Amino acid sequence: MLDRYGIVAIFALLAVIFPAVPLLLSWVIRPKKPNQSKRATYECGLEFEDFPEEAQNVWVQFRVQYYLFALIFVVFDVEVVYLYPWAVAYSALGLFALVEMIVFLGILLLALAYAWRNGLLEWT
Amino acid sequence: MDILNKLFTNIYDAINAFLNGLIGGFGLTADAVSAIVAAVMGLLVGTAVLLFGVGVVLTLIWLERKVAARVQDRVGPNRVGPFGLIQPVADTVKMFIKEDIVPTNADGLVHLLAPVIALAPAVLAFVVVPFGQGMAPADLNIGVLWIISVSSIGTIGLFMAGYGSNNKFALLGGMRAVAQAISYEVPQVLTIVPIILLAGSMSLVTIVQKQSAIWYVFLPVGLIAFVVYYISALAEVNRTPFDLPEGESEIVAGHHTEYSGMKFGLFYLAEYFNFFIVCTVATTLFLGGWQGPFLPSWLWFILKTYGLIILGMWIRMTIPRFRVDQLMKFAWQVLVPISLVNIILTALLLVFFKTG
Repeated sequence: MLDRYGIVAIFALLAVIFPAVPLLLSWVIRPKKPNQSKRATYECGLEFEDFPEEAQNVWVQFRVQYYLFALIFVVFDVEVVYLYPWAVAYSALGLFALVEMIVFLGILLLALAYAWRNGLLEWT
Repeated sequence: MDILNKLFTNIYDAINAFLNGLIGGFGLTADAVSAIVAAVMGLLVGTAVLLFGVGVVLTLIWLERKVAARVQDRVGPNRVGPFGLIQPVADTVKMFIKEDIVPTNADGLVHLLAPVIALAPAVLAFVVVPFGQGMAPADLNIGVLWIISVSSIGTIGLFMAGYGSNNKFALLGGMRAVAQAISYEVPQVLTIVPIILLAGSMSLVTIVQKQSAIWYVFLPVGLIAFVVYYISALAEVNRTPFDLPEGESEIVAGHHTEYSGMKFGLFYLAEYFNFFIVCTVATTLFLGGWQGPFLPSWLWFILKTYGLIILGMWIRMTIPRFRVDQLMKFAWQVLVPISLVNIILTALLLVFFKTG
């Protein structure tokens, strides 16, 4: 078991090296001639420098609907943590596990229906 | 045929024996020798898998353009090499020699780390993929969970690209990428539960072995799970019809608007890596992995995976992009209920067939 996770550790090392190598290599061979207009933020059809100061920065508060979806996502993703072990052990657990899981999924379906009815699943 | 089938495992054994002999000659303890050999073999396997992955990506770039050309009644790349086969190599060289431009307003560190974080999870996901009989780099007993948990990290890279660029198109693209990835991750994750129920294991190797009698896609519940998985996987890797994070006709290039040179190349690589991985996972879970008559196991695996990849390219060329509201609605109001009901259905059927 341990040597399997040893391979995982080696892959984790490779996962860092693998993107770093081409970045370093291209850092060596590519041209480096930056200038002001090259380094300006991309804008389509307008002069970025003409924007007022507060419009040049986009690190602003963003619309709240994204966070609502994130909340529903957390609920369902945590649920999966319970579903996977249940699914692995299902054949050994028998009928009781089935009833329990149907109750569990039923509650989640109710929650989904509640969110649905309140219009949380609609993008406006 | 048996020689071909065991080709790669035999090469592995031969190198393993050679290393054992080589390092054993230094007079170290047996434990030290086996540890060093295991580490070197792990590095070799990892490098081989990554080189294979890069090769796959190069063929995918070529294939994607050729399929697109075929669908749109064009010829496609045909100047660089026979049938344009060297075109992806030329593209790669171009990525290497292009200047790297970082906007003055951007957060330099986040801008640099974003492509690395987008690509690293794709490499990690390769650990558990069984490329053929006895050819999984590591047969973890939590294989499915590993792939799912690792591949969702890549989304953070896309968001970092959007946020770090300090560009409104990039920010919109990054936000959309996160919203889409988390919405489609729920059906993608839920729809695998019936397969785990059927196989009674999360190890990808065991799941493939359990399919020796019948591939899960030929069972009714397996077919539903496969369709849901494939759709949400396409959305997860941001491919057209679900390419809203890039949406070139509305937000320029989405999260990689401000990227050029090799940093952009890494995003490109990550995108194709992820596409390849979701197709290998679909092959493993639903299409019986390496199982198949006559041909060697690894060839079957590659053939099935490329079949799914070409299906994805065909879908890309045929279906126009979704709107954001349609996208969210489809995930939460169609795919999630279907996969929840599918779980209950599978559990019920299993009880029914066991007792009756």
